[in-house]
Amino acid sequence: MVDGTENDIKPNGNYSSDNNLLIDCKNVDVFYGDKQALYNVSLGINEKEVTSLIGPSGCGKSTFLRCLNRMNDVIDSCSISGNITINGEDIYNPNIDVVELRSRIGMVFQKPNPFPKSVFDNVAYGPRLHGKIADKDEMSHKVEASLVRAGLWDEIKDRLNEPGTSLSGGQQQRLCIARAIAVDPEIILMDEPCSALDPIATAKIEELIDELKTNYTIVIVTHSMQQAARVSQRTAFFHLGNLIEVGDTENIFRSPENEQTEAYVTGRYG
Amino acid sequence: MSKNINSMMLKRQSAEKRFRFYGQASLAIALIMLVVIISSMTYRSIPAFTNYGLNLSINLSKENIAQDNINYRRLIRDNISLLDSGCDDRKCRKEFLRLFSSGAAYELRDTIENDPSLIGKDFSKFILFSDDADLFYKFGIDNSLPESERRLNDREITWLNGFKELGLVEKRFSTNLFTNGDSREPEIAGVLGAVIGSLLTILITLIISFPIGVLSAIYLESFAPKNKLTDFTEVNINNLAAVPSIVFGLLGLALFINFFGMPRSAPLVGGCVLSLMTLPVIIIATRASLQSVPPSIREAALAVGASEMQVVFQHLLPAALPGILTGTIIGLARAFGESAPLLLIGMVAFVVDIPGSFTDPATALPVQVYLWADSPERAFVAKTSAATLVLIFLLIIINLAAVILRKKYQLKW
Repeated sequence: MVDGTENDIKPNGNYSSDNNLLIDCKNVDVFYGDKQALYNVSLGINEKEVTSLIGPSGCGKSTFLRCLNRMNDVIDSCSISGNITINGEDIYNPNIDVVELRSRIGMVFQKPNPFPKSVFDNVAYGPRLHGKIADKDEMSHKVEASLVRAGLWDEIKDRLNEPGTSLSGGQQQRLCIARAIAVDPEIILMDEPCSALDPIATAKIEELIDELKTNYTIVIVTHSMQQAARVSQRTAFFHLGNLIEVGDTENIFRSPENEQTEAYVTGRYG
Repeated sequence: MSKNINSMMLKRQSAEKRFRFYGQASLAIALIMLVVIISSMTYRSIPAFTNYGLNLSINLSKENIAQDNINYRRLIRDNISLLDSGCDDRKCRKEFLRLFSSGAAYELRDTIENDPSLIGKDFSKFILFSDDADLFYKFGIDNSLPESERRLNDREITWLNGFKELGLVEKRFSTNLFTNGDSREPEIAGVLGAVIGSLLTILITLIISFPIGVLSAIYLESFAPKNKLTDFTEVNINNLAAVPSIVFGLLGLALFINFFGMPRSAPLVGGCVLSLMTLPVIIIATRASLQSVPPSIREAALAVGASEMQVVFQHLLPAALPGILTGTIIGLARAFGESAPLLLIGMVAFVVDIPGSFTDPATALPVQVYLWADSPERAFVAKTSAATLVLIFLLIIINLAAVILRKKYQLKW
């Protein structure tokens, strides 16, 4: 699958930017059993920026995203080689506590997946889990703050005791975002967060992403190139498990260096 | 072309109608069977719910005796003799006495012990007829048979008819059926001992099999490494669910009684044996309901930073609980109705006392049904049906509990 030419033009992960490099991935290979899903991916992600990962289905962008909080550990057949550091710390170091790592990296999934608990308990779950907040008042402040930040507070402040699953799809997804930010992560990973939502809900989430980037580093996988163009500062294009090109979003969409990228972003395939 | 489509549509519609009809027909057959079974059982059990007896006057005023010294058997005998039997020899008097239940003395004892103020008074006490006399009043007797082949001879029939003409005979609801243990005498035999025995047994089964079953299912589902040993275990658990129950009885006999030296006929051993039988059912049901929890919930919890164990106990288990409870209760209901393994560990014994602990000799309700069905006395025919009804009734309650628990713990997605 890998041919020489593609490897030769592999972009340099340490792309320079105004912001600091937070996540640094070097030569990441991922296998599901015998099948290789990612080929030698090296990609740097900057602090307090939105980085979007685009590419056709099955290109490995979700796999890459799940490497960053070690969600792939759950899959028995999955094996990862290479080096991923966050703030210079190797997250695949055997001494690393995965639970602690995941408390620093929030994740939002493709399909809204609130717990079958009340709205309040959904948001309070993370802080409770990590024992960060013991006080009841403090907890309700935390829940409120997270919901406010997720842009959901005004809509559901009277419905905190209703099950999270009774909300609309867009509200559920924002609830999941509130749940993720309630544990004060540094990084938020989003795996196609809008693919199950209608355009209005999508617009709200995008607005939210734009606000969140002042405090959080966000990596978002998306199928919508417009979305990538709207919300992200940097864009990485994956194809068949290879990272083809990465750069400023503007450059990727206006003047991509690679032909495949150009073909994809102009909608000629993918 | 369109003709083709039309005939296709017709075919499809009629196939659908046919299928619906098959479904309704099989449902109807099942319902009819159920109604037939329950109603025939009820019909046959009706005689078991009543007993004939007569109000015997007991004269205690003449005798000046202490409570501890009363010979109840003699008291009953003497007072029965006051009835006009027209007997002048011993054999005749004996025959006359046999018309009455041999349990009458015990019932009189209970009455007086409950109310000692009766001593020194004359009062009347309802005493039961023996089963043959009872059946005579319920069904009559076939007079065409020669006297020697009848359960009652001509003299006895005359006495019984005499009681009736004097208006002494009374029909009462048989509380014995629900308050007594087993007995050789059908008119005093009851199901309480068996019901208690069954409940004690099933309690042991629940205590043993529920935690072990659920925890092993969780381990197999979430923590066990995927290797040959795990696969082997899984295959064998599935096989265990298909093993005939009597084999578990043999195992229980060899293991619990012969090897560990546990008491025979005890609910403790019965519960252990039934747990062996119930465990695979619970494990399979628990695994199935754990698997049916959407994986997105697991991912959500992991991504917030829950450990594997927190995911299991805070998310998977609550979501899977309705299924787990349903599986457990179905397994327990099956164990509740099981008799074969209990026969092998001695719970088929004739136990009169109502068991008071897990190590007392006891029998179980299905075994009681078996015992009564096997008894030669004709009055046990109705008793057998009545005990079956009690068994079915208890099983319905257990299943209702399953439905209610499932509704209660059902999460809204």
